[in-house]
Amino acid sequence: MRLRIVSIASLVPLAGCKGWQSALDTHGPGATSLEKLFWIFLFILTVVWILTMLGLLVALRARRDAATDPLAVDATRERTMTRTVATLVGLTAVTVLALTGFSYAYQKRLFDRTENVLTIKVTGHQWWWQVDYEDEQPNRTFTTANEIHIPVGEPVRLKLEASDVIHSFWVPSLMGKMDNIPGRQNVIELQADREGVYRGQCAEFCGWQHAHMAMLIVAKPKAEFENWKNQQIASASPPSDDAQKRGEQVFFTSPCVMCHSVRGTSAGGRVGPDLTHVGSRLTLAAGTLQNTRGNLAAWIVDPQRIKPGTNMPLMQINPQDLDLLVSYLEGLK
Amino acid sequence: MKLLPFIICLGFSLAACEREKRDFRTAPVSEESQEKTALVSLSPGSSPPEQEVSGKARSFEGNAYHLSQGKRLYAWFNCNGCHANGGGDSGPPLMDDRWIYGSSLENIVQTIREGRPNGMPSFRGKLPDDQIWELAVYVRSMSGLEPKAAAPSRNDDMHPLPSENRMPPSSPVPGGSASPSATAPQ
Ligand code: HEC
Ligand code: HEC
Ligand SMILES: [Cu+2]
Repeated sequence: MRLRIVSIASLVPLAGCKGWQSALDTHGPGATSLEKLFWIFLFILTVVWILTMLGLLVALRARRDAATDPLAVDATRERTMTRTVATLVGLTAVTVLALTGFSYAYQKRLFDRTENVLTIKVTGHQWWWQVDYEDEQPNRTFTTANEIHIPVGEPVRLKLEASDVIHSFWVPSLMGKMDNIPGRQNVIELQADREGVYRGQCAEFCGWQHAHMAMLIVAKPKAEFENWKNQQIASASPPSDDAQKRGEQVFFTSPCVMCHSVRGTSAGGRVGPDLTHVGSRLTLAAGTLQNTRGNLAAWIVDPQRIKPGTNMPLMQINPQDLDLLVSYLEGLK
Repeated sequence: MKLLPFIICLGFSLAACEREKRDFRTAPVSEESQEKTALVSLSPGSSPPEQEVSGKARSFEGNAYHLSQGKRLYAWFNCNGCHANGGGDSGPPLMDDRWIYGSSLENIVQTIREGRPNGMPSFRGKLPDDQIWELAVYVRSMSGLEPKAAAPSRNDDMHPLPSENRMPPSSPVPGGSASPSATAPQ
């Protein structure tokens, strides 16, 4: 009975092998070479483990003749022993060298650099990701948060920085892991070979809400990507109906503008995520909530309950104002 | 006998608990403590000016968490846009020992909350009260008025001035001191 529970429980982790955030379900060259490396290591080390266990078993089973004198030296036996040990030491050295060689060969790919590719700066903050798309023309750069759209099948260069403590950027299905370190810039390339949405997460403990610091990578065909980019470059769309107009008023008279930017308006805070196109994002608060009207309202009313310790404070907003505010933010597509 | 010094030393370590103490859920923006401060040391009669403070200062003074948080907010809310890194720009220097509106924590809190007539904006209703206190206690550390053991140490980027825990202490000024413009011949 107990055995059955244990064996079922040990199968559960296998569920982690598939899905949008798995190093064993890979769709990019970086992650794929790491996955291959994983299987090679797993195979070789399993063989080594089985051989070691067999050796142990043999040693346990071997029976020594009680009659023979333990101090007697048998020259032929000594020679075979020396040979066996030398062979095993040699084999160990070869295995270690082979594993080192494989590691080098496969990890080298992670540091490939392609010229003239889309470059994105990703800055880790406690506890969200700022995403700056670079471009040769300054008027085609823009900022967003927690969601990175990329053209499928093309390498994209990421410049990783941090503003407060060390974070680590990791999308297991697409790339290797790389730290964001305050005061320096690390560079890594990422490529998605299949359309889709991939999830990544901060992989370096960075404080209270470290567990709620995820990001999404959305890989789409080049043309769709360009459309998305043009739409993000545009300033915020002006409020279209009366509720949104009044919501904008509430936004500009609340503390929101201290921390958030809405491009094309006077809101220019740089403490929190850029809200210019917040309505077009899939999630809120670094992958913590689905982006729905209800969740948006819940977040604004009490961010400290959803993500205790987050740097967005509790503000008192009366229900009518909240409703208008949410209409305004939803309209920022 | 040998155990006694050990236990005493262990007891000392309890003092460290205060250094990082904080509330995990702070009051919303728009709630504030009541502080009545004096801006001049003059008052009618022989008694000093009347002051009434809420006592909230106790949980902020010498608290390493609030001090480092204040340092972060100082840049976030663009205090450095007017006061630079404490050396002063369009706003007066904050690292010296001249205090136009008083150097006590309550005085500085009131300065940030209410703003001051010669160009200091008011942050009332914009920041939660605790953040204002954090900013204020950090402003005090800039002129060495906060204990070395709690004041922020090195910066991650270039150092424009010695870190806050190495600032020479400025002499505390009760109430306010006259601003340079007020002391100049009229
Ligand atoms: C003191 C700074 C501050 C103020 C004031 C503030 N915010 Fe935020 N806000 C933040 C930070 C920091 C985050 C990121 C939180 C996180 O994910 O941990 C955030 C996140 C958000 C998000 C989620 C954005 C996303 O893409 O995930 C929304 C929406 C938002 N804030 C709306 C508002 C509104 C509306 C107000 C005014 C009522 C406001 N904020 C006031 C700092 C602030
Ligand atoms: C727009 C520019 C501006 C900004 C932004 C600003 N200040 Fe000031 N500040 C001033 C000016 C100007 C004065 C002098 C006011 C006076 O003399 O009436 C001042 C005065 C002060 C004083 C009083 C100094 C004394 O000697 O008594 C303190 C403390 C202070 N500011 C702190 C801050 C903090 C903290 C922030 C950020 C939250 C900040 N200031 C943001 C312009 C600014
Ligand atoms: Cu983290």
